[in-house]
Amino acid sequence: MYQPYDVIIIGAGIVGAMTARFLSRYALKILWIEKESDICTGTTGANSALVHGGYDAMPKSLKAEMNVRGNAMWDALSEELDFAFARIGTHVVAIGEDELPALDELKARSDLNGVPTEIIAAEEMRRREPLINPEVSGALFCPSGGICDPWGATIAAAENAVQNGVELRLNTEFQDFLWEPSKIQSPKSKIVGIRTNQGDFYGRWVVNAAGLFADEVMHKAGLRPAFEITPRRGEYYVMDRNQIQTQTVLFPVPTKVSKGILVTTTLHGNTLVGPNAEEIDDKTDVAVTAAGMREIWDGARKLIPSLDARHVIAVFAGLRAGGNAPCLDCDEAYHKDFIIEIPAQVQGLVNLGGMESPALTAAPAIAERVVALLRGAGEPLVEKADWNPRREARPVFRHLDHAEQAALVARDPRYGHIICRCEYVTEGEIVAEIHAPIPATTYDAIKRRTWLGTGRCLGGFDMPRVVDILAHELGQDPLEISKKGAGSEFLVRKTKEVA
Amino acid sequence: MKSLKDNYDVIVIGAGPGGLAAAIAAKKNGAEDVLMIDRDLELGGILLQCIHNGFGVEIFKEDWPGPSYAQHFINEAQEVGVDAMLDTMVLDVTPDRKVYATGPGRGFVELEGRAIVMAMGCRERTRAQIKLPGPRPAGVYTAGLAQRWVNVEGYMPGKRFVILGSGDIGMIMARRLTFEGAKVERVLEVLPYLSGLNRNYVQCLLDFDIPLQLQHTVKRIIGKDKVEAVEAVAVDDHWNFIPGSEEIIPCDTLLLSVGLIPENELSQKAGVALDPVTNGPFVDDGFLTNVTGIFAAGNVVHVYDLVDWVTQAGLTAGKRAAQYAQGCYNVNPRYVPTAAGENVRYVVPHKLDPETLTEDGIMLQMRVTQPLEFPVRIEVRDGDTVIAKKAARYARPGEMVDITLKGKDYDAVRQARELTARVVAR
Repeated sequence: MYQPYDVIIIGAGIVGAMTARFLSRYALKILWIEKESDICTGTTGANSALVHGGYDAMPKSLKAEMNVRGNAMWDALSEELDFAFARIGTHVVAIGEDELPALDELKARSDLNGVPTEIIAAEEMRRREPLINPEVSGALFCPSGGICDPWGATIAAAENAVQNGVELRLNTEFQDFLWEPSKIQSPKSKIVGIRTNQGDFYGRWVVNAAGLFADEVMHKAGLRPAFEITPRRGEYYVMDRNQIQTQTVLFPVPTKVSKGILVTTTLHGNTLVGPNAEEIDDKTDVAVTAAGMREIWDGARKLIPSLDARHVIAVFAGLRAGGNAPCLDCDEAYHKDFIIEIPAQVQGLVNLGGMESPALTAAPAIAERVVALLRGAGEPLVEKADWNPRREARPVFRHLDHAEQAALVARDPRYGHIICRCEYVTEGEIVAEIHAPIPATTYDAIKRRTWLGTGRCLGGFDMPRVVDILAHELGQDPLEISKKGAGSEFLVRKTKEVA
Repeated sequence: MKSLKDNYDVIVIGAGPGGLAAAIAAKKNGAEDVLMIDRDLELGGILLQCIHNGFGVEIFKEDWPGPSYAQHFINEAQEVGVDAMLDTMVLDVTPDRKVYATGPGRGFVELEGRAIVMAMGCRERTRAQIKLPGPRPAGVYTAGLAQRWVNVEGYMPGKRFVILGSGDIGMIMARRLTFEGAKVERVLEVLPYLSGLNRNYVQCLLDFDIPLQLQHTVKRIIGKDKVEAVEAVAVDDHWNFIPGSEEIIPCDTLLLSVGLIPENELSQKAGVALDPVTNGPFVDDGFLTNVTGIFAAGNVVHVYDLVDWVTQAGLTAGKRAAQYAQGCYNVNPRYVPTAAGENVRYVVPHKLDPETLTEDGIMLQMRVTQPLEFPVRIEVRDGDTVIAKKAARYARPGEMVDITLKGKDYDAVRQARELTARVVAR
């Protein structure tokens, strides 16, 4: 007989992935759906890749609470799930004497939030970041901030969830809720499942982790009609690490709208520059624009004047899922808080909304809160005897020294076959991802997992080779292989076959 | 598989036209053990995907397709006894000339060369380097990638193409795609003149009625999963978009032919200093870099327009690398620096040893900054003194300009403080 799920999670960004992973600990039958062809394709896939300290979040907001708690969870998680994370600290840099008072304001806020920070002198800032604008007047240093690889963290958490029994369905788009038929109550009071483009799925709980689309999901349940997500687009530049290397995370003093255009080093050694903040209408519009690129460049050069446009190797844009949820506990009016709730009006829904920065940092804390909310709602949440909190990363050729590389190649010659010439990604790594617990079946999926195609040539060398490997390993025709799912195939026909 | 040694007189990295020539010349000039390493399955480099003709015009007075040109040198390399390690990617070169490489057949290898010739060629500029706005759908490729797909893999990446940039590969692909039944809507060039060779414009675009629009570019790409169209726009002399000139061109593929960059990541690992103008190493007239025993040949030094000159450079570098390996390279010469003068963007080599002129000529190769569509004079000067001069019918940025210093110039060169090249109206 058809067994309904205990929990259905909508959305496979970092918040959905952490929620799936945290819930996989308990004896629950869990379905996790994602409308795209891979996980980590939305907001989580394109952002500043920072784990924020939490000094600047609005005091007493849910954002501040989740940021600080989430930040503290990253070390243990990166160890358990074997993903990269470096707590290198972050700096807010004042340029010129006029900007110095802003550091004191931020420092006061960080004290309210219980986040240790210190103001450092200009000279010390110049020592830490030799390329900094010489007009630096001081900086606020937050030692608990860090850099991460959002793709790596999300994939690790997702993989661990799947290994612990969570059923992930890609290309599955939420359309509506299914309600318990009732003559006595309002017909829309108890959720019993969801309708998707792939059919109906029944479950006792639905977790709305739909990111940019979380407002539309909750509106389908008749909840929070005033809540609205306005996508705020941020564009970025990636610099060639052979041409410029910055050492730290550098923010300008913040504006009312955003943390500003930052310059940061990344786990891959490439300096990342951006983002701007532009409110747009279309929740899928990740186009980069000429105006946006100029804006970033002007902003970034304020921090690092020697940045040279000729050393840009990649340009991308991401969308922040900015909401308008008011904070009821805050001392001043604040309308950009997270929503993390089991709404009283309906039964069977956990609502997560307004998941913009610092949601990446906060994701583990949000997942932890979801567990607590379910327990509070009477779920017994019995821990599985065979739950495995650990997940092991697969070999990464470029991270090994020569002796280790030689040993790996001796074990499996496919690791000696370089497919991506800039990042030195091997056939062995690609094949391993195609057959991983969450199989990578598109070019972009392999890119997110192996970092191939992210270097100077932007995949110009590896693309035909990756199409071949995907076709071979998946038993498909090269014509079927796509960049990011159906409709994005690379090739249209063989030559000498004029249609 | 033939067993190979791990110590060589000369190791050549890359077996395209530059590397093949360097290896052959090294062997012919006394180097006993010469090895070529290449990441592909066959020798020849990018020539193998260049199935169009036009190769060998200068050296052989022939009009060969790329693979035939390559085969000529592959045969010669085999005849003279050059070793080759194929399907092998070099990961690292150290300043003391250790080479680390890996391949699926041979595994991880560590080699050492008395001399090394860097011949990795160049790579294509991407949409990031030209800051092309829009989303990132499938269907935006460099022209060389499309060339590989069509000519080597046998697949078509689209049906309706727009090509941005009038580089040679782009124009050649416009014709190739037309042969394969695709529609090439337009070639757009942001500059007021052609980036590639005029002969390619005539033979690849004009002859096939493919429109070229100068001072036009792509304002944005349209399409989320796959390219659906591009928005083209006219630009003024300062590359500003001209309002009202926008035009949506439906297409499923945008090819980029917007320039090539010498590929010097390995050179940098070996400590080789690069010229920010060419993106290639600073070299002397024997193509020796700043690192002792490390030479560079071909497109890795600067981007050539004709393969014949790449071969010539490879022959010189290989000969000099062999001399170095045998301990008879003058490593402490009294160099004379070269400099880019009026209407010259750069000059290669960056410095030269006057003593070379007692044996060989030295070709100074340069690119002009501005096109001059009338008779010009190419001059090499020391201050106000003209040392060498040459006439040409025109000078275009897309076509390399050269002038050769000869034995008769020895005295003047030896006494010069600096050799300034200029290309001016006659």
